[in-house]
Order: sequence, then structure tokens, then C-alpha cells
Amino acid sequence: MAHEVKSHLPGTFYRRPSPDEPPFKEVGDSVAEGDVIGIVEVMKSFHHVKATAAGKVSAFKVENEEIVSAGQTLMEIEE
Amino acid sequence: MTISTLLIANRGEIAVRVIRAARKLGIKTVQAHSSADADMLAVREADEAVEIGPPQPARSYLNGEAVIKAALQSGADAIHPGYGFLSENAGFAESVANAGLVFVGPDAATIRMMGDKSEARKRAQAAGVPIVEGFDASGDDALEQAGKTGFPVMIKASAGGGGRGIRIVDNANDFKTQAAEASSEAQAAFGDGTIYVEKFIPAARHIEVQILGDGRNVVHCGERECSLQRRRQKVWEEAPSTALNSETRKKLCDCAVALARSVNYKGAGTIEYLYDGRTEEFYFIEMNTRIQVEHPVTEMVTGLDLVAEMIRIAGGADLSVGQDDITFNGNALEVRINAEDPANDFMPFPGVVSGLRIPSGDGVRFDHTLFENYAVPPFYDSLLGKLVIHGENRRQALERLEKALAVLKIDGLPCTAPLFSALLRETDVRENAVHTEWLEQWLVNNSGKIIKESEVSA
Repeated sequence: MAHEVKSHLPGTFYRRPSPDEPPFKEVGDSVAEGDVIGIVEVMKSFHHVKATAAGKVSAFKVENEEIVSAGQTLMEIEE
Repeated sequence: MTISTLLIANRGEIAVRVIRAARKLGIKTVQAHSSADADMLAVREADEAVEIGPPQPARSYLNGEAVIKAALQSGADAIHPGYGFLSENAGFAESVANAGLVFVGPDAATIRMMGDKSEARKRAQAAGVPIVEGFDASGDDALEQAGKTGFPVMIKASAGGGGRGIRIVDNANDFKTQAAEASSEAQAAFGDGTIYVEKFIPAARHIEVQILGDGRNVVHCGERECSLQRRRQKVWEEAPSTALNSETRKKLCDCAVALARSVNYKGAGTIEYLYDGRTEEFYFIEMNTRIQVEHPVTEMVTGLDLVAEMIRIAGGADLSVGQDDITFNGNALEVRINAEDPANDFMPFPGVVSGLRIPSGDGVRFDHTLFENYAVPPFYDSLLGKLVIHGENRRQALERLEKALAVLKIDGLPCTAPLFSALLRETDVRENAVHTEWLEQWLVNNSGKIIKESEVSA
């Protein structure tokens, strides 16, 4: 059963720290609990999304710059 | 030419404000909006509405091509850019003109000149406006120059705006690392790593002068003080500034007029200054070539309609007033009601407005974008409204503000109103003994004094 990392805020999801940089994580990367996996922009302020479990990234459920709602699953981690 | 149909290329409270000014002038309004804003108040109030793109600002309100296309298709002959978004984008102003439309604001060349910080400083200096000592820090001698200027210094992105990315450096040791970091940040944020260094003035106040020009004549409409800021964003503004004596006030306003006149300014603009109360010296910061969020405090003390005036001017009319016609009456305050939780580090808070109670009465004005069941979207800034208060004197304005804040009720999401109720209890605020760092310092130890609405006994 994959662990789901959810957005705690509604807004725009970014997989990269800035447009010119590589994504925080790719599918297959290992993650530790607390690793930054993306950013949600809400009302012009930027909030880190952190991994809520350790393991391996198995899937991203939303694309870069996609609009997300609070509670929506962003990424899955194989524990 | 006179404008007959105006497209509003903005959203929120300023879009509503522009629509009302246009309507007063008998101008038809077309509201441009993103798909997330299809139900906003400005769309409801405009004569027509056109969707220009998806929620993301880069694909809607910042998409100049889509905005111009919407204007042409809807038969508009002018575009009002509001503030933020495309309002100070010279390329956009140029494209609007090239499309045969009127841009409500100065021409592209003026926007470009004033948007370039070092060019603007040169212009200010040439017009006799005092400037803070500073230099472009791209050369190898930056550290040496900073030493000559004298620490503390402030590092800014040359291409930046809105106070983003500003750093204050106290000594030579920190300068190199901070300058390098600021430059790479500027590169990432604005695509231009040029940084600018200037002398930092501690405990400075922010004082700005509203001007209006028709390309021939320029008048000032007095000053506003906006010293209460958080993260370099203004939260409380007032007119006039009680920190100025009449002699200094005259100098500040005359300098603003001189600068605007030297560029044959056309439209509404603001010249921003830092003011050092200890020396009574003031220094040019920048000129904003658009309407500002806090323009209503000027309207409250002068009786002018600045937005209507800028639309008239864009349509080719002369200024409706001369300097001697502009008189000042009483004191006005404005507080920004943002969808942020002041008790939780100002966490932004989109959500649905489940209930609304708006204050009214003598000297009370609320410019806003709210209605019951409005879903505040997460994609844009958090400004919900501006509570603007006028009084015969500052004391009466403070009293009226306190009463208005007690009446204002926005259910369903937290907002910054409780911050202002707390600030009204502070002697420094009541006596306007503040500076641009005051609020941040106060928040460090006093955020517990911000009482959530739910905790206030009814």
C-alpha cells in the first residue's frame, strides 16, 4: 500500500524550486520523511510540501504547475 | 479621443473601483477575468465580461496578448491595468498603443524610465529631488564602494519591485556573500541578476506623494504615510502624515511635482520617499506609474476621484483641477483587510465567505471584492478589501476606525482585521510614532495581543 503525500493547502503545485532548476524528486528517488517534495503557491506565498513517510517515490499524481485543492494527493511513496 | 468602452485588466477590489469610476463618467465597462474569477464582484458589476485564460496569472492577467485580444473583440477602446499585473509593464503599454487602444497610464517610455531604478534616480537627481547614496554593484569594486557609502547598506534587485529580495547588510564581512546571494536570487526571480546597493536609513518612515499630470500640467494631491509594513508590504496607510511640518511637506510635494513635470507626466503617479525624522531629510525611493492600493486616503482628504481623473486624462482631457483647487480636509486612515490569519504568522487563507457585515456611516468607506458565499480563490494576492476612514482630525479617524472594525465581520475565513484592533491599542500607533520596521518588531513580541474574532466575547 503506497503512502500518499497530500497538499495541506489549495493553490498551484510546483515540482521544482524555481523554473530553471531540476525537480525536487523524480519517480524512483528515495525520500526521507521531511524531505521537500514540492511547493504549493497560495495567494502569492510559497509553502514547502514535505514527505510524510520514508521510502521510494512511486508516482506523482499531479503535474508541475497544476492546480491542487487542499487534501489532494500529490505523490505516492512506496514504504 | 474620449473613451467610450473600457476593459479592466485586473481583478479584486481595484477592478470594482475602476468600474465604478468608469460608470460615473458614462463609460461602458468590460471586465477581463480568468476562469477562476468568473463569479467575482467586478464581473457581476461590469456591463460585460470576457474570460482571458486559466487561473494561473501568467496565463491570464499577465498574458498581454490575451488581454488585448479581449479588448479588441469586445469593442473596447481603452484598457485600465489597475495595480500589479501588467500595470507597470512598458512592453504591454506599447502593445496596447500599437493595437490602436488607449492605455490608462503614462506612455511606455515613461513606464520604462521609471521602472529602471538607476534611470529613475538619475531623473530624480536631475529634477532636484534628494536621493539616497547608492551604486550598481556589478563591478569588482562593489565592496569598496559599499565601504565608502557606509554600513549599514541595503541590497536590492535592480529589476525588482514590491520590496522583494531586499537585504540589509551591517558590515563588510557579510557584504560579499549577501551580494552574491541577492544576485542569484534576482537572476532566478526576474531573469536579471543586477543588484543595486544603497545606504540604509534606520527607523525611516515611508512617505509618498500622489501626483496627477495631463502631459502639460502636474499637480500634487498631498502625501500619504505608509510606515506600518510587514515584509515590506504596506498594511496601514494614512493622509496626511503627522510626522511632517508644513515646510518639509511643501518641499516633499514640490519635489514630486518637479520630477513629474520633468518627464511631462501623464496620468496618476506616486513618488515614494524615505523620511528620516531625526534629520527631517527625505530621499527618493521610486516612482510608481500607476494607481496605488492606498489611493483612497488621498481621495478622502481631497475629495478628488483619482481613478476617474486618470481615465479622463487618458481620454485626452486636461486636468480637472489646478493646484490651488486642491484643498486638504481632516485625516484619513486605510487598513488592508487580507485573507490571512494574523494569529498564525499571516498564513494565507482562501475560502468561502459564509457571512458578511460591512460597516458604514460618517467617514467610513470599504472598497472590497466580497459578497456572501464568494469563494476567495487561492491564485492571487490576499487583499479582500480596504477599510478607509475619514475624520475631522486623526483622533476622530482612530475612533471611527475602532468602531468600524467592531462592525466588520467576514465569516468563513480569517482576515487581518484583528491585527488592526490590536494596533489601535498601541500608544506608538495612536501617536504615529512608527517607522518601516516598527510593525515587524512589534509582531515578534506582541502577536499574542491579536485576538481572534472567535475569542472576542459577543
